[in-house]
Amino acid sequence: MSSAAAVSVRPNPLWQALRKNRLSWVGVALLLLIVGVALLAPWIAPHDPLQQNIAYRLDPPSSDYWLGTDSYGRDVLSRLMYGARISLLVGFVSILIAMVVGSALGILAGYVGGFVDQLVMGLVDVLLSFPALLLGLMVAAMLGANLHNLIIAIALTEIAPFVRVARAPTISLKQRDFVEAGRALGFGPWRLMGVHILPNMISDVIVLGSMWMASAIRTEASLSFIGLGVPPPTATWGGMIREGFENILDAWWLVVFPCAAILATVLALNLLGDALRDAIDPKLRSERS
Amino acid sequence: MMRYTIKRLLLAIPTLWAMLTAVFVLVRLVPGDPAAVMLGDQASAEALNALRHRLGLDLPLSTQYVDFMRDMLTGNFGTSMATGRTVLSEITQVLPWTIQLTLAAVLLGVLMGLPLGVWAAVKRNAWPDYLGRIISLAGLSFPAFVSGILMLLAFAIQLRWFPVIGSSVSGGWAAQLRDLVLPAFNLGLIMAAYVMRVTRSSMLGVLSEDYVRTARAKGVKPFRLVLRHGLRNALIPIITVVGLYFGTLIGNSVLTEIVFNRPGIGKLILGALNTRDYTLLQGLMVVFATCVIVINILTDLIYGFVDPRVKYK
Repeated sequence: MSSAAAVSVRPNPLWQALRKNRLSWVGVALLLLIVGVALLAPWIAPHDPLQQNIAYRLDPPSSDYWLGTDSYGRDVLSRLMYGARISLLVGFVSILIAMVVGSALGILAGYVGGFVDQLVMGLVDVLLSFPALLLGLMVAAMLGANLHNLIIAIALTEIAPFVRVARAPTISLKQRDFVEAGRALGFGPWRLMGVHILPNMISDVIVLGSMWMASAIRTEASLSFIGLGVPPPTATWGGMIREGFENILDAWWLVVFPCAAILATVLALNLLGDALRDAIDPKLRSERS
Repeated sequence: MMRYTIKRLLLAIPTLWAMLTAVFVLVRLVPGDPAAVMLGDQASAEALNALRHRLGLDLPLSTQYVDFMRDMLTGNFGTSMATGRTVLSEITQVLPWTIQLTLAAVLLGVLMGLPLGVWAAVKRNAWPDYLGRIISLAGLSFPAFVSGILMLLAFAIQLRWFPVIGSSVSGGWAAQLRDLVLPAFNLGLIMAAYVMRVTRSSMLGVLSEDYVRTARAKGVKPFRLVLRHGLRNALIPIITVVGLYFGTLIGNSVLTEIVFNRPGIGKLILGALNTRDYTLLQGLMVVFATCVIVINILTDLIYGFVDPRVKYK
């Protein structure tokens, strides 16, 4: 296993994870399936996800509607396919934002030290003192529920671990010879942080991102279930469960299929993230709570 | 121990102050005029002005900030916009339900997760280990409302072992206990997955230590070896996770209470969201963040008891 000090050459963590952990193949296969369905939804969905048809209200699964219809007569399968787009989009973009902002703050804190470091870490402490779901819930409620604000709210709940994972190696890297050499050559601090320090931790940050994307998708589903997701009639998995929950006594298919979709996505990401984590660095184990 | 405790308490002050500031800023991020948002489009100008005055929104921001800090520090969280009662009484009224649920969940989580984690570590790379790892990863993947709904479908609607709608509020202790079973297991199982994972990895680390090998060579019985030499030393990371998990547990219990239609903080939040009761939301946020900060302090203090070395650092 490579240590944090041996930085320049190490095997591609994704490849290493796939080779060592056969269970991660299940995760990759599931994830490819879900991403494929999300991308191809407009072409492969059997019905229009928004098309209401009162004649087919709450129909159980049949040959026309494979997964049944909801209380407006909309096709559950098509809505599931379109819902995958929202879940993956929100999960991916919010983690991307958290990753960029979090690791930039972490590198800055580690590199500059002193007051800036204290300020950033104080900020992290504050973020961590709010329960994640509640923070997302409050921000979404205050800003108003829509796609854009949902992404901001979820990104905010996921920034802290990225700050931590970027800050710690920066503190040791900034004293290494190659950074010293850069400084002696007259490179500015931005160049040193961006070109010389960042590449040394980028794979750790990406692995952490793939692990936390599962959590982001879980939060998106939970907020949609509470009613703070992308507003209806847009199909979201959490929103479908929210609507189906009202008819849970006589239409089980309205909640069971979206539940299975959420579970499959989160499990796939967790399987992959777990294998990646074992492959890249055993130290990351404790970073996840 | 006293010095360590005082030092830890002093360290919490800046965090508390920053948290309160964050809440102050967040509540003022509401787009437009909060008074107009709360009263709706039809509100008259007098009503809007009266509400603005009551909320202190007509004062300069610096005055608002000072007032806010003073109110929060003296425990004055304002009155609920919807019911007109104080936020504190709204919260304390439903809090026992949530505390009952979370305590039961923590108990179940630790009772299930700890032995399973130890077992998986002892049987490393044998079937209990593989099975345990897959089950705990699946457990970690469940959003609390998804597992709750599936449990409700299976055990209340299909098997009819439990009532779909709880009777806790009116029923006696037997009814209360019956209503507690499904929600507590829902939260407890997810928590057991976390506890099991960290117990396993922490135990694996400890079991490979020299002193464990020495003890084994001396002929210490396996049971005693695992519990006395192994688990006792593996406890610190486990306590950390249980402490860190508290924030997640609050979020999960909110979702669980909504699914099982249980009285508690979850339904209070849902109601506050529907009525746009910002003072109540603000109060809830402060109370919960304070809880998390207090739990973090307690977690640190417990370290001192479990591992005397911590105190001297």
